[in-house]
Amino acid sequence: MAKLELQNLTKAYSQKIVPVKDLSLSVEDGEFLTLVGPSGCGKSTILRMIAGLDQPTEGRVLIGGKDVNPLAPGDRNIAMVFQSYALYPHMSVQQNIASGLKLRNLATGDIQKRVQDASRVLGLDPLLDRRPAKLSGGQRQRVALARALVRNPDVFLLDEPLSNLDALLREQVRADLKQIFEDQQSPVVYVTHDQTEAMTLSSKVAVLSDGYLQQLGSPNEIYKTPANRFVASFIGSPQMNIIPLERVNNAVLLGDSKVDLPTNLPAKSSVIMGIRPEHLRLPREGDHQIVQGNVFLVENLGMSDLISLRVHGDDNLTLRALLPSDATWSRENLKLALPPESIHWFDTETEARLN
Amino acid sequence: MTTVTKPTAPTPSSTSDSSIPWKRILLWLAIAFTVIFSLAPVLWQVLTSIKTNAAITADPTVYFPGLDQLTARHYIDLFRENQFQIYIINSALVSVISTILCLALGSPAAYALARLRIPGEQLVLGAVLVVTLFPYILLFLGLLEIVRALGLANNYLALIVPYTAINLPLTILVMRSFFQQLPKDLEDSAKVDGYNTLQMLWQIVLPMTLPALVTTGILAFIFAWNEFLFALTFMTRESMKTIPVAAAQLGGTTLFEVPYGPLAASTVVGTLPLVLLVLFFQRRIVQGLTAGSVKG
Ligand SMILES: Nc1ncnc2c1ncn2[C@@H]1O[C@H](COP(=O)(O)OP(=O)(O)O)[C@@H](O)[C@H]1O
Ligand SMILES: [Mg+2]
Repeated sequence: MAKLELQNLTKAYSQKIVPVKDLSLSVEDGEFLTLVGPSGCGKSTILRMIAGLDQPTEGRVLIGGKDVNPLAPGDRNIAMVFQSYALYPHMSVQQNIASGLKLRNLATGDIQKRVQDASRVLGLDPLLDRRPAKLSGGQRQRVALARALVRNPDVFLLDEPLSNLDALLREQVRADLKQIFEDQQSPVVYVTHDQTEAMTLSSKVAVLSDGYLQQLGSPNEIYKTPANRFVASFIGSPQMNIIPLERVNNAVLLGDSKVDLPTNLPAKSSVIMGIRPEHLRLPREGDHQIVQGNVFLVENLGMSDLISLRVHGDDNLTLRALLPSDATWSRENLKLALPPESIHWFDTETEARLN
Repeated sequence: MTTVTKPTAPTPSSTSDSSIPWKRILLWLAIAFTVIFSLAPVLWQVLTSIKTNAAITADPTVYFPGLDQLTARHYIDLFRENQFQIYIINSALVSVISTILCLALGSPAAYALARLRIPGEQLVLGAVLVVTLFPYILLFLGLLEIVRALGLANNYLALIVPYTAINLPLTILVMRSFFQQLPKDLEDSAKVDGYNTLQMLWQIVLPMTLPALVTTGILAFIFAWNEFLFALTFMTRESMKTIPVAAAQLGGTTLFEVPYGPLAASTVVGTLPLVLLVLFFQRRIVQGLTAGSVKG
């Protein structure tokens, strides 16, 4: 149990390959921080620097206020779950789970009790004598988790622990993970490229791209007020509609329809508009910002239909909207309302949020 | 994966309407031919080694000796008169020590070449590869001078050192490619768990490396066990000779007699340890011990 701090962390493999650039953040006790970003954006590198498997080029890692840069991975009291699980193939499940404890010279009784507790929580009791080769993917994953849990570490690190599971199992284990780590006091740093995992598990999300921290906030903040165009398009599924538009006085033209800009925007000739498909809806009384177009694609997602609309007045302009599957609407001249409070505005050059 | 023969319906495309399984018959014929072709010389040696001298030289050739044509004489002579146990011990000593040295020196080198970022790594690898291409006979001439200069003749070291050196490049190359395909996550995981480097190598890496160690070890052992030229030249004292040399120098009772029986017996005695070794370690060689450590 200890606060984890990263101060101005930079990692450069060479002049050109700099996967982590000047990253500063902190994770308090009981917090669950998720690092999310596209593949190759430096997430694993950050985790490896926290673990001590890689040395940062610049900056410091502090655990409980103590600079751990000079410490070897084994002396930092952290536990890490690898994407490949990294179970020792020549040891039984029991030995795998206990390996880290044995090295710390704990009493045998204590080790046994901890292994039993973890094995009960994760349902591994019938598997304790098996070798990893004789386990399914989901079972291996749970063994790797148990090996981390028994350690009682100061910090938990998890690198894409669900990405090797099939979709159904992933959802189940995700829920289990959430429960298990809610009972833990230590800070958790979780790496994923899957934004659903990031949104459902975390108390705090760090969106990374290109080695830079794009936004740090609660899942709700990230979703409701994305800090820039990248975060807006990366978080949320289906993806947000992002449309660069020319400005006409205090409004923009979306095909034939006019959309008013908020009053506090800086005076520039163009602007980027963003609206999530789930926020476009069939017009109700009182809606005054309406866009009209022809539907050219309907994708049935079960609970709702994802429709793609070609906007009247501009053939290159398409919008995607999520409509409840029980709603009735026509494919020709469909009208959709753009609620002003759900529209995001971004700067064309800096791509930063404006409203 | 186990092979499963699926009950397939007869396909209309099959050319013959008869039910003779030509493919299977051909397959078994090919297998039988291969087995006989490779084992015939060995079986012939075994047969010769247990036939009486009269039966060996008899014309026509005796393929299936009767009870009165069988004898253990050749084997008994081998140990009574020729003191073959000394040569076996010499061979075993030289082969075992050079194999162990080879693995003990080669594996750490291979691990370093596979895992560390060493400046000039490609150069080192190139050099190692070139050594394997070096003609054996040229090495021999140089070594002869060295052995003479150091006074190492009739010393086990004169064989152990060259055998180790000759096998080292192959060991390094094979072990390096094995280490490269070992998942690095396992070593990282061990570090996070708190293993120090030595413990990690000994308790995590070594057990996973056993199959590769056994395979390369057996290759090195077979080379050392069978080597003739160095052994012939560097070991002149009777009590220091190895099996191949001793077998070649077996004499008949008269100068003009070729001692077929004792020769065959010595061949069998010399081959048996290798056969046992391979049979014993076969499971280890085949077994993929790393299976299941990471997602597979
Ligand atoms: N040992 C290394 N040497 C050179 N480049 C590396 C090394 N490890 C990672 N990289 C590079 O750093 C970048 C980030 O990698 P990584 O942190 O693994 O990304 P991810 O976000 O997918 O986990 C990638 O472009 C990768 O090629
Ligand atoms: Mg990664």
